[in-house]
Amino acid sequence: MGAALAVKGSVMMTSLGVRTGRAFLNHLLKTLALLLAVSVIAFALVSASPVDPVQQYVLGVGGVSPEQRLELEEYWGVNDPPVQRYLAWLGALLHGDFGQSLLYRRPVLEVIGERFANSLALMLCAWLFSGLIGFALGCVMGMSRDRLADRVIKKTCYILSSVPTFWLALVFLLIFAVWLGWFPLGFSTPIGMRNEDVTLAQRLHHLFLPALTLSLMSFSNIALHTRQKLVDVLESEYVLFARARGEGAWSILCRHGLRNILLPALTLQFASFAELFGGSVLAENVFSYPGLGSAVAAAGLNSDVPLLLGITLFSTLFVCTGNLIANLLYGVVDPQIREGRA
Amino acid sequence: MEEKQPLLEISDLSVSFRMYDGSLEQRQLQVISSLSLTVYPGEILAVAGSSGSGKSLLAAAILGILPANAAVGGAMRYGGQPLTPERQRSLRGGEIALVPQSVAYLDPLMKVGRQADGHQKPRPTARRRELFRRFGLPEKTERLYPFQLSGGMARRVLVSTALLADAQLVIADEPTPGMGLEQAKEALSMFREMADEGRGVVLITHDIDLAVDFADRIAVFYAGTTVETAPAEDFRQGALRHPYSQALWRALPQNGFQPIPGFQPYAGSLPKGCLFAPRCPHRTAECEAAPPPVRTLRDGEVRCIHAT
Amino acid sequence: MRQRWNRRQRLLAYTMLMLLAVLAAFAAGVLIPESAVAPDFASAKLPPSLAHPFGTDWLGRDLFLRTLKGLSVSLTVGVAASLISAVAAVLTGVAAATGSKAVDGVITWLIDLVMGVPHMVLIILISFACGRGLKGLLAGIAVTHWTGLARLIRAEVMQLRGQPYIMASRRLGKSSGWVLTHHLLPHLAPQFFVGLVLMFPHAILHEASVSFLGYGLPPEQPAIGIILSESMKYLSAGMWWLAVFPGALLVAVVLLIDRLGENLRVIIDPYSAQE
Repeated sequence: MGAALAVKGSVMMTSLGVRTGRAFLNHLLKTLALLLAVSVIAFALVSASPVDPVQQYVLGVGGVSPEQRLELEEYWGVNDPPVQRYLAWLGALLHGDFGQSLLYRRPVLEVIGERFANSLALMLCAWLFSGLIGFALGCVMGMSRDRLADRVIKKTCYILSSVPTFWLALVFLLIFAVWLGWFPLGFSTPIGMRNEDVTLAQRLHHLFLPALTLSLMSFSNIALHTRQKLVDVLESEYVLFARARGEGAWSILCRHGLRNILLPALTLQFASFAELFGGSVLAENVFSYPGLGSAVAAAGLNSDVPLLLGITLFSTLFVCTGNLIANLLYGVVDPQIREGRA
Repeated sequence: MEEKQPLLEISDLSVSFRMYDGSLEQRQLQVISSLSLTVYPGEILAVAGSSGSGKSLLAAAILGILPANAAVGGAMRYGGQPLTPERQRSLRGGEIALVPQSVAYLDPLMKVGRQADGHQKPRPTARRRELFRRFGLPEKTERLYPFQLSGGMARRVLVSTALLADAQLVIADEPTPGMGLEQAKEALSMFREMADEGRGVVLITHDIDLAVDFADRIAVFYAGTTVETAPAEDFRQGALRHPYSQALWRALPQNGFQPIPGFQPYAGSLPKGCLFAPRCPHRTAECEAAPPPVRTLRDGEVRCIHAT
Repeated sequence: MRQRWNRRQRLLAYTMLMLLAVLAAFAAGVLIPESAVAPDFASAKLPPSLAHPFGTDWLGRDLFLRTLKGLSVSLTVGVAASLISAVAAVLTGVAAATGSKAVDGVITWLIDLVMGVPHMVLIILISFACGRGLKGLLAGIAVTHWTGLARLIRAEVMQLRGQPYIMASRRLGKSSGWVLTHHLLPHLAPQFFVGLVLMFPHAILHEASVSFLGYGLPPEQPAIGIILSESMKYLSAGMWWLAVFPGALLVAVVLLIDRLGENLRVIIDPYSAQE
């Protein structure tokens, strides 16, 4: 009997591995298809733009000879049909060549790499902070449903979700940087300092306000979601039975609440990379923080087409990664899926 | 048995909910009204009535776990003392236990063993294992999730929680729906065993036949109240007091299968007088004027002025 | 004295008041003449006072009136883009639920696609493609906002299609068009309406954000994002009112519309009636 169980167990384990692997592969293929589609659409969009990339480049550099201009036109393939241009661009992409950023005069990939590191620090802080605070507040609201704490936090969440990110950033900048002088006015490092000389404390000092802004912008979503899930759990039949067995509110939260709401909350948090990135575009612009978000806004305004395309693809990859994790989490963590009901 | 001190006495219990209906009006929805029953140690009292008559709320009212928008009236006594909300809190899960109807009452993400142990510290794992063995549950059961249990296993797990708590009063809420006759009999014999060990069992059910076979007394539930409480023997012989119980008896397959004309009134629109009056063949003007009081009649209780 | 109102009646009254307030703010912005916000260098850089409740900017323009005008621009763009988006959501949602498997697959995939790109990036891209300006702004916001409602409507129609009364209509030989107009659309109308109103706040916030970044409307159009973007230059000069008041008014109006939509949902949705 025991041996049979063990065999069954190992079969279950391998089938779990196989199923997760298959799901992973499936999602990976979907992500690749999505990226390809985004590349087509993004390319079509910038091609449709009335802005002439060569003209833009010439304006930016200034003093370009007719020969150089011809060379540039050839580089851009201005006279080729769009499909051919797309294929040439895609071919270069596949060889790791994202082109040169007109704005920063460096390879696009290099710009993205450096700026993504900055953005990642910002987004990671905001992601963790908003997730923890949001989840905790969601629990408080769910447990004190319709009482004072619930109503106050809920109203705060509603208000925060009506606040534009950039305005909150502006107000923080005004209060903490201009009036109180606690934090610098912007950028990720002190101005005029070489990158190697910047200390971690200085970096954190510059990171604080943008990260706080971004956290406050994202926690209401997770808080309200957690509240709803917890309310659903508390109205469930199994909590009714738990109460009938004498469990108090705290015990119910710890034993049944967290168990049943943690996974949905985590999934939501992973699936929120798109909003996080959108928020970082605005926060980075207000705080002049040199991340991907301020780069994409600048790329669009200055017609830096290679950088714009590069960041579009990269941010899509970023969002898809979050969605991928969210999708796989359920398969691995939820026993009802893991041990084969679905 | 009648000389014994009653375990649970409920008199004039009413439960109502604050509701908003389709229009813009708020109102009280009376779900249970002037319900009375008494449970003695060592007996099974079946509360029988058709679906949708508010029987399950009775269990919640006894345990004090009604939703927040419910209002409770009347008096309940447990072991001779008033059953206040504080006492309900301290007794439920201990002296008073609920056996719910299905696996939906188990946390889907918690393994069965841990769940059956409950929240008590230290965990009564050894005793629980013994109970699982007694009920013939395989050893691996404790490592399963609720969705992996068969219906029969789930029921035995649920029953074992009441025994683990060493409850004196067990409230079983519809323990048999969806079961075949054999399974249902097996389930009910578990409750019979509990009663024979000296516990009081309230068996909430819509299956009169099974109630007659296993219960000592049967309270007939209609539109949120008990219209009659009678020894199970009276049901076997058809010697019932209330017109509704009589009609219910005649509606059983072995007694002629006669349907009862009319419908049970909805909780929102209860008649002013006797709740059964609109469907009653014996009604008089007096019945429709005011709710009839409870009368003791031939070893039972009945809520009808014409009953003999 | 009449009896105190119950919750639903109060809700309805609040909702009406909110609607009035939003309409009033919008009308004020439209009705204020250009001359009222013309530069007046004699009263430049004034902090808030009774004459200028929000203060004046570096050109001496009254910030309160300018904010109201900007708000009406933002409202117009937001509402127009939401309308386009909501119609697109209904069309795609119904098509996905009633069309062939291939149609459903394509639309579901499209939804995933739009959700896969950060909205700000997509709006920047679309705005770039349209050479910035109003057209790009409208297109960008419309393209990014239809997905949620489309999913909702798809699910709703799928559920409705399985309902016995609709299956019965089909068996009775009613055409798909008849079923659509007699059963599906009436059922979807409340969903559509609530979805539309709940889309407004997002659309307005996106409009303001994109304008703030410098995409969208030209600087002569005093959209609220542009007013706030200009204020950044004067923050360290101590002109805090340029940033604080227009933003606060924007938040107030967005919040009002958001609550309005939520109230409508509660009023329309019979299930929430028992909460």
